[in-house]
Amino acid sequence: MDRTMQLGGGPAPVEVRGFSVPAGLTGLRRALTLSRLSVAALGHSLGVTGAITLVGPGLGLVPRAMAGVRALADRQRALAEDWSGVRIPGPPGPLPEVPAGASGAIARYRWITGDPQTRREFTWILTEPVVGGLLAFLPVAVVLSGLWGVFLAFFGVPLSTAWDGLWYQFVPIEGTATAVLAGLLSVLQLPLALWLAPRAVHRHTRRTRAMLAPSEQELMAGRIAHLTTTRSAAVDTRMAEIRRIERDLHDGAQARLVAMGMTLDAAEHLLERDPQAVRALLVEARQSSAKALEELRDLVRGIHPPVLADRGLVDAVRALAMVSAVPTEVIVDLPGRPEMPLESAVYFAVSELLANVAKHSDAGRAHIDLRYDRGVLRVTVSDNGRGGADARLGTGLRGVERRLATFDGVVAVSSPVNGPTTVTMELPCALSSPRTTSS
Amino acid sequence: MRIVLAEDHFLLRDGLIRLLQAYGHEVVAAVDNGPDLLRALTEQRPDVSIIDVRLPPTFTDEGLRAALTARRTDPGLPVLLLSQYVEPLYARELLATGGRGVGYMLKDRVTNGAQFLDSIHRVAAGGTALDPEIVSGLLVRKGRDTALAALSDREREVLEALAQGRSNAGIAQALFITEKAVAKHIGNIFGKLGLLQTDTDNRRVLAVLTYLDQ
Repeated sequence: MDRTMQLGGGPAPVEVRGFSVPAGLTGLRRALTLSRLSVAALGHSLGVTGAITLVGPGLGLVPRAMAGVRALADRQRALAEDWSGVRIPGPPGPLPEVPAGASGAIARYRWITGDPQTRREFTWILTEPVVGGLLAFLPVAVVLSGLWGVFLAFFGVPLSTAWDGLWYQFVPIEGTATAVLAGLLSVLQLPLALWLAPRAVHRHTRRTRAMLAPSEQELMAGRIAHLTTTRSAAVDTRMAEIRRIERDLHDGAQARLVAMGMTLDAAEHLLERDPQAVRALLVEARQSSAKALEELRDLVRGIHPPVLADRGLVDAVRALAMVSAVPTEVIVDLPGRPEMPLESAVYFAVSELLANVAKHSDAGRAHIDLRYDRGVLRVTVSDNGRGGADARLGTGLRGVERRLATFDGVVAVSSPVNGPTTVTMELPCALSSPRTTSS
Repeated sequence: MRIVLAEDHFLLRDGLIRLLQAYGHEVVAAVDNGPDLLRALTEQRPDVSIIDVRLPPTFTDEGLRAALTARRTDPGLPVLLLSQYVEPLYARELLATGGRGVGYMLKDRVTNGAQFLDSIHRVAAGGTALDPEIVSGLLVRKGRDTALAALSDREREVLEALAQGRSNAGIAQALFITEKAVAKHIGNIFGKLGLLQTDTDNRRVLAVLTYLDQ
């Protein structure tokens, strides 16, 4: 989902140095992509300005147009990260809410400028077609101009006669000599384009970053908002859990113990008169105690499974795989153990996902992969079932998401129709010293 | 029989000692933590040991670890583990130390003295005693197995009892049928699951468990 909750923008783009043909070609390709995107930006900027001035109720199409702008900005951000490893921090929060009763062009403009990030995106989308577009198109233009020069070297003379005189840059093409000169000049331009292209792309990235990156303060505010939400969700979840436990104890073990007490009391009174009935009552009491124990066991399993307490996450997940209705393979690469609360959250998430696999996927096999890499615990649960799982539809997946959000964890679901389904969970965490289990 | 008992809960330890003595057994050592247990197992070499999985000092699976360690040096050493919960993973680890003389049961089962003592005897004699809950868990997991689905209800009951480690006589008694009928059912079960009939009781149990745990 979003990784924007981390503060800071990461390293600045590394300056481009030297010259190489492959780098130049890559740069040209990227410049072309950026040029195309700047045309898209032009469309979006017209869309937004048009939506502001349009007659209609409320804010009209403005929020939707700005959502489009944000999507384009996301695309640019992804490209920057892909191409030069520059992480441009994303918006610190969702688009601002649409105020009720606001209407008209001024209100729309105010809605945009009221939020620093939308204001930033608005300025960006207005300037991007010109500034960004020019920057990106520059190397492409040099190439095109070079090609034109090469063309003129061969066909310049007749063309010049036909058009009554023709200039290639500062060279007037009047005869073969000048045509060849134009050709030479153009050939020199091609390496220039290759040299220029990566630098232009680099400039573009820096510009995008300067235009779109929110301030530290806004990121901090976004972070605080995120923490507030997840904290209250965590408190709610815990409260609901406690309620459930209380209810289970009340309706289950407690009630059974009361019943047992009554049965034993009855047995005591019948002891002399009817030993046969007493025997039946005692059997009943024992069954009640067995039932109460069983319910307590189930309850404890739901709170904190003993195997998790005993052995930690890895063996607990192995134990889950063992009892899963779908044959499940577990692959582990963990150099230590995460904190207890996180282990528990991951355990219940995996448990929920495996239950989903058994219930909905119709899969023949499932895989669980646990690994730790650069401060992130990554847990993948996949199956070869029929796919089509949707995080927005399944309350189970939503629950997993909520559970992990407390730990800044994210969940990604890939489940095309006809499968396979892969659910990946990522949680930033630290591991404690190497585990010392016996298995 | 000479029995080593490991249970950290005072009430349960006392109760168990009383129960075992009432049935004429000798508790040669009653300990309440992992290190003491390991020492008692290696020094006393009891006929059978009854061990709580969760013991001090770590209050995790100390008892199981001690049992596994002891059985690694002394493979036949009969151990019966008791726990508030049965965990199939632990059962698998226990069986992996060699299927002879192991048991793993819920603590609740001690409330049925006769059956509990029967389990102790089986383990002491080199047999197996698995809690019905483990076996039913394995069966649930194997739910989609077509060979299992081909079993009749009665055969399924016999299979469950067999996987718990009961002898023919024990199964006959539990299901109120004759031993001859039990033998016939077992023959059918092995045929349907494609397992080889083996002569000794315990190998038969292990074959079934291996099948269920695949």
